[in-house]
Amino acid sequence: MSAVAEAKVRGSGPVLDVRGLTIALPTGSDRSEAASGVAFSVKRGEILCLVGESGSGKSVIAQAVMGLLPNTLPVTGGEILLEGENVAHASPDRLRELRATRMSMIFQEPMTALNPVMTCGDQIDEVLQEHTQLTPEQRRDKILDIVREVALPDPERIVASYPHQLSGGQRQRIMIAMALVLEPALLIADEPTTALDVTTQAQILKLVQDLQRRHGTGVLFITHDFGVVAEIAHRVAVLRLGKVVELGEKNEVLKRPRHDYTKMLIAAVPTLQTHGRAAEGASEPVLRTVGLCKTYYDRGWFGRRREVNAAQDVSIEIRRGQTLGIVGESGSGKSTVARCIIRLIDPTAGEIRLHGEDIAKMSAGELRPLRRRVQIVFQDPYRSLNPRRTVLEAIIEGPLNYGVPRDKAIERARQLMELVRMDPESLSRYPHQFSGGQRQRICVARALAQEPELLIADEAVSALDVSVQAQVLDLLEDIRNRLNLAMLFITHDLRVAAKVCDYVAVMSQGRIVEHGPASQVFGTPRHEYTRALFAAAPGRDFVFGTA
Amino acid sequence: MSAPQTKASELEVLSVESADVRVTETAWQRVRKNWSVRIGGVVLALLVLISVSAPWLGTVDPTLFDAASRDLVPGKAGEITTLDGEILKHKFWFGSDSFGRDIYSRVMYGTRISLIVGLLAALLSLAFGIVCGLSAGYLRWLDGILMRFMDGLMAIPAILIAIALVAMWRGSLTTVIIAIAIPEIPRVTRLVRSLVLSIREEPYVEAAVALGTPTWKIMFGHILPNTIAPLVVQGTYICAAAILVEAILSFLGVGLPPDIPTWGNIMAEGRPQFNQYPHNIFIPGVFLAITVLAVNILGDGLRDTLDPKMAKRV
Repeated sequence: MSAVAEAKVRGSGPVLDVRGLTIALPTGSDRSEAASGVAFSVKRGEILCLVGESGSGKSVIAQAVMGLLPNTLPVTGGEILLEGENVAHASPDRLRELRATRMSMIFQEPMTALNPVMTCGDQIDEVLQEHTQLTPEQRRDKILDIVREVALPDPERIVASYPHQLSGGQRQRIMIAMALVLEPALLIADEPTTALDVTTQAQILKLVQDLQRRHGTGVLFITHDFGVVAEIAHRVAVLRLGKVVELGEKNEVLKRPRHDYTKMLIAAVPTLQTHGRAAEGASEPVLRTVGLCKTYYDRGWFGRRREVNAAQDVSIEIRRGQTLGIVGESGSGKSTVARCIIRLIDPTAGEIRLHGEDIAKMSAGELRPLRRRVQIVFQDPYRSLNPRRTVLEAIIEGPLNYGVPRDKAIERARQLMELVRMDPESLSRYPHQFSGGQRQRICVARALAQEPELLIADEAVSALDVSVQAQVLDLLEDIRNRLNLAMLFITHDLRVAAKVCDYVAVMSQGRIVEHGPASQVFGTPRHEYTRALFAAAPGRDFVFGTA
Repeated sequence: MSAPQTKASELEVLSVESADVRVTETAWQRVRKNWSVRIGGVVLALLVLISVSAPWLGTVDPTLFDAASRDLVPGKAGEITTLDGEILKHKFWFGSDSFGRDIYSRVMYGTRISLIVGLLAALLSLAFGIVCGLSAGYLRWLDGILMRFMDGLMAIPAILIAIALVAMWRGSLTTVIIAIAIPEIPRVTRLVRSLVLSIREEPYVEAAVALGTPTWKIMFGHILPNTIAPLVVQGTYICAAAILVEAILSFLGVGLPPDIPTWGNIMAEGRPQFNQYPHNIFIPGVFLAITVLAVNILGDGLRDTLDPKMAKRV
């Protein structure tokens, strides 16, 4: 490219222009290329959302732009033009110069992306020392300015704090301050809000938008969440198995998707609309908790005891054939309630009545015959199955514990595999041979083998990609209807709750702040916190289309 | 307006997730491909072969001595008297010691002692360590008492405990193995306990609790099998250490009786004449070093393949 052309590009052309980018995967992977012929561009002052499911190669592309790819993933073709300069094969020295000055990146985990033994101010200062000739006073002014700009309260104090003294949202703001302090032309955000609560996420998204508008930064925003896309994107690139399948304006892609894969993804996004199923109260309650409390004591040898009220005065009721959703942010105590009900932890006070029988204070021996009535499916499909046991062994473990003959249990396991829409022939395989969604189905089958009356799903679909999530939700609903189960559905995701729940309890700081039929809680939320939660849901007003 | 419901079957067709069952290498396949495992394994296999076939490797009874063949240099021919009084012509490949015993025969037979001590001491300390570690990790009320006892044991140098124990009993193979195994138990206990503490928090263990699985079944059926890989690795290191400690005890004269051929005993007997006849110490020393090295290389290979997390830490 000639010097004249380059100057022209610098002025008006795209900040980032990726052309035919191909990145090889090591031999023996599930496909040969992490990215194949990927092409997109990010203009000045534009937010391009790169959206795709896990394994689509979106993070690899971000790393390629930043020059952070490991040696095992070489760029084998194409160009990455950063303001006209090809950085696909730039030297490490050149990349170091470009990072923070022309391009910068924020990561998913604000906890691990900051150095725990340096103050936040020093970490921002490091960037300035490396790339500018400013005096210490000028640097300090600049640091305070940028900290103010990312809307952190009391900049002086924040600058002198260590990362562990700040909340997740504040840490992510520090990361953004660090990334933007030198006003780079390109900001890459790799799932920057995935680890944050929904209310914090809303604030961070707004901040990124504000800063980007003010500085005219081009933003490459990587996410798996279509709500976030609807909230923040100007243009959208949909990635599947390392290929861009659809690229266009946000409204084009989200309302009139052309590619089948995009259509499928968008159809799988649950809406905030409740399903409107009539909530009958006629059937008997399977489970009822009265004033359930769980307090953790921090007991040292000396000094005062510290108390943490994880759950306070929680009273819920679940009837046969119904789904109760407990919705809340991290630390709200929703999982504590679930674990108390299944007696993985002992409640401090209150009653847990299973068909009227209080199990809250039962000894392990008394509890044993009742254990099979309540079963649980956990969040992490990779850790919920013992890696050293076959699927068959996992499923028949429960029935064998209660004296079911082995051949009967195996027979039942085969039926259950069909019920969760899996091949009964794969019973002899080990968990690592299955994908996340398949494992979650196996966990459901394992729980159902006990013929429970209450099934607890503790964030059971949170770790899954949106399309797989839709399948598993579908399965759970189908099973609840077919077996007339009571279901306790714990989630942080309002959309998921809206899709499956008949009743919803909103939890905050260990207490239930609002409780009622899903249509009522979602339609006319009464409590302030519930309203804040809904207001923060990304893309809440956006109408997706699949036509 | 809500998005039209897509049938699960349609999703299945397009979803990346419903791709066919992934086939990954088993741990055993990875282990067999590892060069450290191959080299260490082959050397150890040769040593096992030597120890088993010692009588047929041109050796004589390693306890036989002959005053006429004292202090021979390697490769020298001499004669040796059997217990029946028969005098045999014999070539002393590795020379002879000051009693006129054949060092070649003693080194070959000594392989047996070293390997037996290494293997049994490792198994013994693993067995006790697993029981103690599982109990301490899963039964919280036992944890404090048991671990303080283990801390106390760890405060005494291993070699001192071993010397004290052998001195208390009579020096025999069994007592030496026990004396070497006991100081290793706290280390295994700590490892198992820390593994148990992290594994017991895994959702699959909690799921087993919810399925009504009895505690002992959870301990031995769910937790123990998941500690095997790091334990195998730890076992090889204990084995190497045990072989060394046995040699040290013998060398110090507090191990097996001096007439029993062990590498430590051979070296102890060679010590006074080290200046004139260094081979008396050098040859068993080389065997000792090769054995320990082979066990350690095997352990490193197993660690890299079975326990990738630990491989990065160490």
